[in-house]
Amino acid sequence: MGLEKEYVGVMHLHKEVPEEVIRKTILNFVGKIKQLPPVKSAVARREREREIYFFDILEIEGRDVLFKVGCEAGTYIRKLVHDLGRALMVGAHMAELRRTKVGNFIEEQSHSLMEVKDAYEFWKEGNEKPLKGLLINVEEAIEHVKKVFVKDSAVDSICNGSPVYPNALTRMQKEIIAGETVAVFSLKNELVAIGIAKMDAEKMLKAKRGTTVRTDRVFMKKGTYPSWK
Amino acid sequence: MNLWLIKSEEETDTQYGKRPEERTMEETIKNSVMIVDKNSGPTSHQITDWAKKIFQVKKAGHSGTLEKIEEILL
Repeated sequence: MGLEKEYVGVMHLHKEVPEEVIRKTILNFVGKIKQLPPVKSAVARREREREIYFFDILEIEGRDVLFKVGCEAGTYIRKLVHDLGRALMVGAHMAELRRTKVGNFIEEQSHSLMEVKDAYEFWKEGNEKPLKGLLINVEEAIEHVKKVFVKDSAVDSICNGSPVYPNALTRMQKEIIAGETVAVFSLKNELVAIGIAKMDAEKMLKAKRGTTVRTDRVFMKKGTYPSWK
Repeated sequence: MNLWLIKSEEETDTQYGKRPEERTMEETIKNSVMIVDKNSGPTSHQITDWAKKIFQVKKAGHSGTLEKIEEILL
């Protein structure tokens, strides 16, 4: 899914460069940039545009530059570092990289399995607070995914694998475009399924027949809502 | 940011389904995601297995990233 990514990494410069020069040059790599995917990559090797939301220097120690970058999905960070090295005229490569954020998830939200086990035991003993603190509702977890809402009467057939037909819809996010991943919600705000929009939102609004969303994954149990027969 | 197109106004029957905030802890567990640290030792699959054991659930999945996994408990 096309989510915003955040990384922290170390760029190793092949020669020392004055700090002011690095700080000035890095600004050219913020905003829309053009990137040629690396030789070994999953996509066609043609130049493509990606947005860099921020590219900050956290620390410089000799030839090592600790940086933090926020970027659009599909940005090659190794390549970004390589290109920055070239712009600095000394060359550079990436020494270390950690992804710190994917979409709404940040590293600080993560827990060890020991913590999970403890939280579960606390709950069994009557204190549900720690467990509540580490579970994220699926509905919340997919906050970044665009949504359509469906009538009660359509829920069960969707649970049984039916696509979402126009007359099932009550409302949909205006920005939905055909081909993107969308979440199907009930009127009680429950996640029913996830699928691919087959129409833009505007077209869904006017449509009388056809498939608006083809579901890929159903989350709700069959029979939660009555079947429409 | 959240602009909606309204196709029909409809009420929901309180008899079926449940708002997420009204779920019991058991139901919450089965409809949640958690983010778990994963060191390089065990595989994502093993961690998912352990999570299933802890929560005593039959279904759980993971969606991996570089250094953490998210467990979907269902």
